[in-house]
Amino acid sequence: MAERSRPGLLERREARAAYVFIAPWIIGFIVFTAGPMIASLWLSFTDYSLVEPGQVVGTANYQQLVDDPRVAKSLANTFVYAAMFVPLGTAVALALAMLLHRVGRAAGFFRTVFYLPVMTPAVAAGAMFLLLLNGQRGLVNQVLGWFGVTGPNWTTDPAWLKPSLAVVSLWTVGGSIIIYLAALNNVPRQLHEAALLDGAGPVRRFVSVTLPMISGALFFTVITHTIAAMQMFDQAYTMFYGPQQKSTASDESLVYMVYLFQNAFEFFKMGFASAMAWVLFLIILVITVIQVRVGNRFVYYEGGSTR
Amino acid sequence: MRSKFVVMAAAVGLLAGCAGVGGGSGDAGAGGGTAGGGTPQGSLKIMGFGGEDEVGQSRVNAFKQAYGGVKVSNAKGDFDAQQFLTALASGNPPDLVYMDRNLIGTYAKKGAIVPLEDCISKQQIDTSQYREAAMRSVTLADKVYGIPEFYIVTTNLVDAKSLKAAGVPTSEIQTKDWAALKATTAKLFKKNGNKLERIGFDPKLPEFFPLWATANGATIVKEDGAPNLNDPKAVEALEYTIGLVNGQGGWTTFKSFRDAFDIFGEKNPLSAGSVVAFPMENWYVNVLRDFIGSGLQLDSTPFTDHDGKPVSMVGGSAWAIPKGSKNPDAACAWAKTMTDKATWMKAADARIAKVKQDKSFFTGLFTANKPADEEIRAKYLTDVPDAGFKRAIDNFYSTLDDAVALNPSPAGAEIDAAWRSGVTRALGGQPAQQALDQAQKEAQAAFTKASGNG
Repeated sequence: MAERSRPGLLERREARAAYVFIAPWIIGFIVFTAGPMIASLWLSFTDYSLVEPGQVVGTANYQQLVDDPRVAKSLANTFVYAAMFVPLGTAVALALAMLLHRVGRAAGFFRTVFYLPVMTPAVAAGAMFLLLLNGQRGLVNQVLGWFGVTGPNWTTDPAWLKPSLAVVSLWTVGGSIIIYLAALNNVPRQLHEAALLDGAGPVRRFVSVTLPMISGALFFTVITHTIAAMQMFDQAYTMFYGPQQKSTASDESLVYMVYLFQNAFEFFKMGFASAMAWVLFLIILVITVIQVRVGNRFVYYEGGSTR
Repeated sequence: MRSKFVVMAAAVGLLAGCAGVGGGSGDAGAGGGTAGGGTPQGSLKIMGFGGEDEVGQSRVNAFKQAYGGVKVSNAKGDFDAQQFLTALASGNPPDLVYMDRNLIGTYAKKGAIVPLEDCISKQQIDTSQYREAAMRSVTLADKVYGIPEFYIVTTNLVDAKSLKAAGVPTSEIQTKDWAALKATTAKLFKKNGNKLERIGFDPKLPEFFPLWATANGATIVKEDGAPNLNDPKAVEALEYTIGLVNGQGGWTTFKSFRDAFDIFGEKNPLSAGSVVAFPMENWYVNVLRDFIGSGLQLDSTPFTDHDGKPVSMVGGSAWAIPKGSKNPDAACAWAKTMTDKATWMKAADARIAKVKQDKSFFTGLFTANKPADEEIRAKYLTDVPDAGFKRAIDNFYSTLDDAVALNPSPAGAEIDAAWRSGVTRALGGQPAQQALDQAQKEAQAAFTKASGNG
């Protein structure tokens, strides 16, 4: 029995080859992800300025997180932004994917067009949106004006800073569109036909057939959108905290990662910034666990457990 | 399969070996020092210096001519705190860094840059040639941490065409009588529905808050580096300037309008009639000069305190030597050469050649080196054909001796962030007193910690 369970020569060779092939990723993970994470955990218990060696300060950085009102402010801003972007990003990406699904022969062209913004540097996109969303002379408000709508001062009115960030972030939903499109293409045609024969209308078919069948893709993107929203940095930094903008930046646009960056590289508080990073990691972990627990009740996995 | 594995492993080993060889030779080539005769040698790695115009290039050439044994490698681009600090933390700092003078205090306190006493003594740098305000901003606890370079000052620039069309005399653009300025601003401001058409007078908040506070008699950073952001005079200045903004559409509209300006183009705010007047820094006249042909009519008045005395804050950068610099001798020689009177004269020559080539005129070179400035002005600023530009240039020069810098502080970066944030909150609607009280609290906490008392 024991003899038979031992892997054969071929299996051992294949296993060895497999390890060789995955070794670059494992090494990369240890060097560039796990190592820095462990280092930052240690740094979070030190007073480290990047210049002098860190001095161990126990949990002082974590205590300071509680005492610093800007940490709470930036965290609240980040939650509000995530609460806007995740549903909006999901809905817009799904709507565009459904349009693409119906396009037919030109789908390849439009897929490329919708994905291209993902390739645009965040700095360029941020600068472009600053002009587009300018409250006085921006194109967005000019277009709204044609319909008699007076647009807000998107980039300067504190009440509109987070909504404008959410709108700008829609620029990068191309990846989700591609995922949804693949999921929509995998929905069996016969299910739609059966629903049609039963007299179901378009809305009913979408709710009862399409949504359950693409729920796996939706679930995945909601989780990744949430993580990305909690780690929002590029657009917020470019639009409001770059060299030209930071002198006029409002606290309403201060997202968590920007404040973390300021502490690390402007105020020399790398230990405190590391503590901020770990708190964010735990927050994202808790949110993701909740999402997985709740999501598993609604997600349909093809070939998965039927419990 | 095995032979393929061996080949792959060998390839990886070879690559690693090559990397090792490359690294080794790099290390060997790095660093330097002084040759037997005391002349700096080796490589000199610089960070934070763009210097691509003729003023920068002529001075770089002056150094290269004087120190042929030094190989200069300049990572062109503005100072980037993240890039600098990570280079420092990884043990691979540049030999020399070019940074804003208001950062010197913070970087010095953290030990990221070193005192220059040795450098000044070895290179026999005459620090008395530099303007006092510039030297003060690079000195912390009686130690000099930077060699100052440019000297940026402020005066009022005016769009004479819009002013004339509004029937307002230039003399009404003044900061001596704040109530009168408010009335003038109201006359010049134009709005159509909810769209701003013209700003009358832009106080340039938040960035010029220290200028207004100083003009009103406040010292927002005390001599010992402690913040004093909620000084009653500073609060009064903030309330007044926010009143100017609120009288011209309110902050969100005002800023949106301002954000759409093309500062460096033909449609710059003074040419386009988008702003009638604002306090502005001296480098801007060099930009505006190119638009005289397209109709710009520039004029200028001094920015003064309530007694009519010109007031200006001083800005500019400095050369500093990072901790762990491998070639501090060459770095020091560079800092001396780049800011020396003889080198500045070469830079002025290069600028004159450029303006002649462009069939333009010289608008001055504002350096922290006082003798150089005086000689450049006397030698080259003899013929400014445009009367408005001449007034602007004269106004900038009139501030040089009295301009002040914010006092250096070990918590300079945090104090800077605190007042900017406070002013922005006040512009957003928080009462000025409350906004500056909060800013003071944040800045004081940072100062206490940086001073080792917290």
